[in-house]
Amino acid sequence: MLYTNLKHIENAADHAKAISQNENVMVICGRMGPMCIPVYGIAEELEKDYEHVKFFDMEFDNPESHVIRDIPEVRGFMGIPFTIYYKNGKVVKATSSIQTKQQVKTILDEYLTVSVNA
Amino acid sequence: MNTNNHYDVIVIGAGPAGLTAGIYLSRARLKTLIVNEGTVGGQMILTHEIANYPGVESISGYQLSSIMKKQATTFGCDIKANTSITKLKLQGDTKSITLDDGMSYTSNAIILSPGGRSRTLHVFGESKFKGRGISYCATCDGDFFTDKEIMVVGGGNSALEEAVSLTKYASKVTIIHQFDHFQAFDHAIEEARQHPKINFIMNSSITAFYGKEKLESVDIRDLKNDTITNFKTDGVFIFIGYVPNTEFLKGKIVLNEWNEIVVNPDMNTDLRGVYAAGDSVAKRYRQITTAIADGTIAALAASDYVHQLKTRNKQLIAN
Ligand SMILES: Cc1cc2nc3c(=O)[nH]c(=O)nc-3n(C[C@H](O)[C@H](O)[C@H](O)COP(=O)(O)OP(=O)(O)OC[C@H]3O[C@@H](n4cnc5c(N)ncnc54)[C@H](O)[C@@H]3O)c2cc1C
Repeated sequence: MLYTNLKHIENAADHAKAISQNENVMVICGRMGPMCIPVYGIAEELEKDYEHVKFFDMEFDNPESHVIRDIPEVRGFMGIPFTIYYKNGKVVKATSSIQTKQQVKTILDEYLTVSVNA
Repeated sequence: MNTNNHYDVIVIGAGPAGLTAGIYLSRARLKTLIVNEGTVGGQMILTHEIANYPGVESISGYQLSSIMKKQATTFGCDIKANTSITKLKLQGDTKSITLDDGMSYTSNAIILSPGGRSRTLHVFGESKFKGRGISYCATCDGDFFTDKEIMVVGGGNSALEEAVSLTKYASKVTIIHQFDHFQAFDHAIEEARQHPKINFIMNSSITAFYGKEKLESVDIRDLKNDTITNFKTDGVFIFIGYVPNTEFLKGKIVLNEWNEIVVNPDMNTDLRGVYAAGDSVAKRYRQITTAIADGTIAALAASDYVHQLKTRNKQLIAN
């Protein structure tokens, strides 16, 4: 159980729905540990400034998190959380371990921009 | 002075020292703002289980931080987290800070409680392989190294205790330490020395990390012979101590040779109305309990100072 204020992805079906129904999605897959909690906190802070992005978390130890643990973009990752950024259902960026607010903002601004037709 | 942006006290840092100061100040009905660069809780967040906080048998660092934060905000304290200070004025009766969103705030007093952070090696490849073989948290990432050969850098209690805990996963743990002796408790040294999976490379330090997608090898310098050898490894855990987060205070207040803030018994720095508390202060023992004690003293002293300042200003106006 992740004690965050983010929306939780509970299973693979939730995950498929989240990335197919939203243009810009960030999913933080981790545990309630020191490297993960700061990233959840940053996402909670950024939610209000990035209304065009949907922020989710998913438990790393949930077997259904294979939808994140098994993707090619996380090959070589050996530090949680695995944070995945999706645009129109496709992975555009993935990071491993703790990140700063500035690092997260830089990725959001580069990869998950508001679409012109929005 | 914009009264909306004016506080009685601004606290810099929301670890246990800063949160405690926030609780005491706002409970005393002083308008208080805490600004914090990272996640509220500071180093408490790094602690999976706190078992030495009196009155609570066992609690996670995250839970204890959340309770302290709630206590402070319930008493009316404002908290701004994940922000950074771009300007800081500590001199004079009115102190001021500017944050990275351009907003400025003034106050009568300031409490500095920026704590400390893990020291990094600052060598080639370290930032590239963070999360790809380099870790600073054994409990978080240990299981990625099941049946792998890893290294632990450091010679203090954390390094030795974490090396032993990593033997639950790794097939071999090599401790790399820059001196020929350890700076840890005897029992921690003994436990590591006795462990069949642990071996040691002393008088040595890592000078570079290499790999493609993930860490594959490291260069280790033998500090006695000044020779460098490349070793294959699957992972490196770094526990080489903590440094105070006081870079932003250099030239503004008195720091000692280790960049710790120098205070008197009331936690007052060399400047009037500027107090400090917690791990960033020059002292011997650094714990949550010592940080909250410092935070309490700093808050009471700051509150006394603010009352005196207000009384003096009222008398000046009356005369
Ligand atoms: C792994 C680990 C385990 C520990 N376990 C225990 C334990 O079991 N029991 C125990 O009693 N102690 C433990 N400690 C020690 C304890 O966590 C610290 O002594 C305590 O957190 C120090 O509190 P602090 O408020 O001074 O600083 P910190 O907790 O370091 O908090 C400082 C805060 O200030 C912020 N900050 C820094 N610079 C700035 C700036 N320029 N502007 C704004 N904000 C800033 C930081 O982001 C941080 O949030 C542990 C420490 C570690 C690392």
